[in-house]
This record gives sequence, structure tokens and C-alpha cells, in this order.
Amino acid sequence: MAIEHADVLRAAHLARVGLSEDEATGYVDDLSRILKMVDQLQAVDTQDIIPLAHPLDATQRLRPDEVTEHSQRERFQACAPAVTDGLYLVPRVVE
Amino acid sequence: MHDKTLTELAAGLQAGEFSSRELCQSALDRIQRLDGDLNSFISVTTEQALADADAADQARAAGDAAALAGLPLALKDIFCTQGVRTSCGSKMLDSFVAPYDATVVEKIRQAGGVSLGKTNMDEFAMGSSNENSFYGPVKNPWDLSAVPGGSSGGSAAAVAAGLVPAALGTDTGGSIRQPAAFCGITGLKPTYGRVSRYGMVAYASSLDQGGPMARTAADCALLLETIAGHDVRDSTSVARVVPDYSAELDTSLAGLKIGLPKEYFGDGLDPEVETAVREAIKVYESLGAKVCEVSLPHTHLAIPAYYVIAPAEASSNLSRYDGVRFGHRCEDPTDLEDLYKRTRAEGFGEEVKRRILIGTHTLSEGFFDAYYLKAQQVRRLIRQDFLDAFDEVDVLMGPTAPTPAFDLGAQKDPVSMYLQDIYTIAVNLAGIPGISVPAGFAGNRPVGLQVLAPHFAEAQLLGVAHQFQQATDWHLKRPAFGKEMA
Repeated sequence: MAIEHADVLRAAHLARVGLSEDEATGYVDDLSRILKMVDQLQAVDTQDIIPLAHPLDATQRLRPDEVTEHSQRERFQACAPAVTDGLYLVPRVVE
Repeated sequence: MHDKTLTELAAGLQAGEFSSRELCQSALDRIQRLDGDLNSFISVTTEQALADADAADQARAAGDAAALAGLPLALKDIFCTQGVRTSCGSKMLDSFVAPYDATVVEKIRQAGGVSLGKTNMDEFAMGSSNENSFYGPVKNPWDLSAVPGGSSGGSAAAVAAGLVPAALGTDTGGSIRQPAAFCGITGLKPTYGRVSRYGMVAYASSLDQGGPMARTAADCALLLETIAGHDVRDSTSVARVVPDYSAELDTSLAGLKIGLPKEYFGDGLDPEVETAVREAIKVYESLGAKVCEVSLPHTHLAIPAYYVIAPAEASSNLSRYDGVRFGHRCEDPTDLEDLYKRTRAEGFGEEVKRRILIGTHTLSEGFFDAYYLKAQQVRRLIRQDFLDAFDEVDVLMGPTAPTPAFDLGAQKDPVSMYLQDIYTIAVNLAGIPGISVPAGFAGNRPVGLQVLAPHFAEAQLLGVAHQFQQATDWHLKRPAFGKEMA
């Protein structure tokens, strides 16, 4: 399956990666070649094969629903670009 | 001192031939003098290292030396280190000082190991040449015009150049084994789940695994028994006893059944690499092993399946870099969407963006079944190939990479770069362990022999590699680079 200019822009928007029209053009060729290589998968008969999500076929382990972490807000916010009063700052969302 | 293995240095410390401070200072001097040419380190943590070395010397004097007490090593800059920048080779994390230690870092520390710093790598571990680093490419100490391999290229180059006796790397599609092969060192990718991924910056979570890179299999055994084991903070780490790998190195090879996957000796394999690998296999035969051909019929589908699964997982994992909680943030965002989009456009390099876009596309509405589910189905077939082969043989052997290290700048097309990982990538899809062992040269560049074993058979893998190193001296060869400096 080829990828077109509009597909690249759509993926870039979904991934929230800023891409100009020109930059998107630059990716069309690369991504098309990658997908062409990937398309070899389509030739394989995989009917009735269960998808393998985990190499050991393990499922997520559960633990008792108990509090195990204590609040370390200041420590973890020390590496944030902008905080005030313990809150992360972002551009105003609601006027 | 820089020619010695971890095991030899441990004996020297124990015998009082030198102190950890002397050892670490000498390694730090070497880094300072030589790493300008290699670029294998992103951060060198001199003060912390010397303080840790002093603490190790004191512990030893008090009769309380742990397994790695006072031994210098380096950490790929993908492992979170409290109070030290953890960049993952990316502008996105250039200013990120981790607020906690990765589990493996904690374990190394508890065992007395002294980290000298954080090694260079392909950005977010995406690459096979270490040319995708925000901090510039790493050079191969065997030939400064060659790449060291990737993504753990800094770790491999630093060990090969004798800057450190050992380092930790990570391997998602070959990122420990291929640079180990290119730089003439020993590198082990453990079974998925053997080593905790907690605090290891995530690329593709169902494939990523940390492991040791060192001069010898014996050193890898020492490191693996330190870092392996169950961790409640990584739900995919496996609750299974960690064997005493060092104690099992001397198991005889008599009767060992070695399978040579015919798909690993086909088109595209460099003839000099093939010759070196076949010579290595003859050594095993002389040690009493039996060799036969096997088939892994879905090998050609490993790279296509990987380039769906890994980018899909990466596009999800890397969504956390939003410019809000940590890492890079663009200047003066006009609104939230502008904040996200410009932060990510500025913070990620080309290859990372390429994989995020591929992953986002293949997971998006209308494409998910055709790509992602299909790739996961093929992943099961690939794993089954290995399970079937291990019904017949104990281990598999072949080249680690189809060519020796290529020149810097030689691989311009992403797809041809991806094809470099043809012999390593299926191993991550199957989750089995693999090791690369020095096995000769193609011209002036090292060749790696790859040995693969069933899930959790690291002890066997390390023993098989160790026996080879008792019979050969490829692992003792050192590059001319840095030789003049003691």
C-alpha cells in the first residue's frame, strides 16, 4: 500500500508532529519504500494464526490494589519546563 | 590496565595491586585523552565516579566488597540515572535530568560498580550505525572512518577502545549484538523479561531488552547475574531464579548440537564474514560439537514484521514527549496544539519522526488489521521457526551482521540500513537470547559470530561463548587506536 502526501500529513497530525507541506513531501518517498518492504507480509497466509503480542505469550500480571507509591510531586516536577504552585503550565485552553 | 577484563580487574582490586580510585582515574584520563576522536560518551560523570570509587575502596578495606566493587563501567544513555542527564541521544531529552535510577543502574550500584558516564547512541535507540545521535556520530576504534554499529554504538566503541572494561546496552532489533560485532567485543541480549526495563527509556516495549557488553563472555556472565531478575516495577520482567552464570561457564561442549540456519548464509552475506564465521564453527567441531543445517523459513519476513511492530509501539511510547512534563519545550506556544506540534518537530530527529509517522499510519483507522495484526501473526510464525529448530539442536550459529562495519555516511537509504539487521531482528521478535562473539576480521574490521539459544538459556549461551574464547584469541585483539596510551 503506497502512502500519499495526504496520508503523511494525517499521520503527522495524529502524532502531533509539526510538518510543513514541503517536509511532508520529503517523507512520502521514504515512507512509501518502507511500506513497500513491509508489504511482503501480505503474501503470507496467516489464517487462524493467533497474533503474538508478547514474545513469551504472557499476560499482564496483576497485583493487589494497594497504594505503593507516595506523592513526590516536587521531585518529579523539578524536570518540567514550566510549573507553578505544583501545577504544570500550558497555554490557556479555555478563555 | 585498560587491556584487562572486568574479571582480571576484580582480581587486581582484591589482591590490592591497585585501588578503585587509581583504576577509575586512569580510565577517566583515557576517556579525556581519547574520546574526542571517538565521541563514545555523551556525559562523563567524573566527580560521582571518583566518589563511588572511594566508597568502594573503603568497603573493600572494611571487608565488605560486593561483586562489582570498584569496577568502572559505562551506561548507555537510555538508562535513567538519578541526578545525571539521561538524553537517549535526543534533543528532546537534552536537558532531562532523571529523578530516579533505572533498576539495572540501582543493581549495578548495589553491587559496587562505578559508572564513569553515559554513552552515545542512536536517538531513542533507532538506528544501526550510531549516526542518528543528536550528539553526533561515534567512530569505530578499529577504523575511524567506519561506524561502530548501533544503536548501542557508544558502549561498544568505549569498550573496544579500552575506555571502560564493560558497558550496558539495550537491544530492540540487534542494538547490542551488531555494535558488539562491529567493534570486536562480546555482547549479550538476554531473553525478553530476564532484565527489568524499569527506567530504561522505552522504544518498542515488547522487544526492548537491556544487557551486558564487555570483552569476554565471562565478564558478560558477571554483569548479567548482577542485573537480571524479577522486578515488581516492570510487569513484563519474569519471576524466575537467576542462575549463577559464572559458575556454569565451563560446561563441556562435547555432544553440543549446533544448527546453522541456511537462511543466515545466503545472498547478501559478505564472503569474508562468511569465511570467518565458518572457521569459528570449525573450532566448535574440534571441541566436540556436532553441526547440522536447519531452516528458519520465515526469516525474510522478520524485517517487514519488525518495521510494523517496532514503529507502532514507538509511536505510542513516544507520545509522552509533549513539552509539558519533562524534556524539550518550544518557545512561546500559541496554543496547546502548537505546543505539542512544535515541541515534537524540534525535539525529534529525522529517523525518529520517520518511525513515529510509520507507526501512527499503520495503527490508524483502516490500516490496523492489514499491518499491525498481520505483523503480530507473522511474529508468531517467526517465533515458531525458532521453537521448531530448538527441538532439533541446542544452539543456532551464524553471522551477527551480513557485513563488517560500513563507512560513516555510506548507508543513505533508510531501507538499506534496516536490512543490516537481517540476522538479529528475528531474535527480538521471538524473545530468545543471543550473543555476539568476536570471530575474526574482514580486512581491518571485526566480525561477530552470533549464537542463539532457547528462552532463558543464557547460561548455555555464555558457556558456549566462553569455551570458544578459551580456544581462540579473537576477543584479545585490540585496535591500534589508543594503544600508545597506557
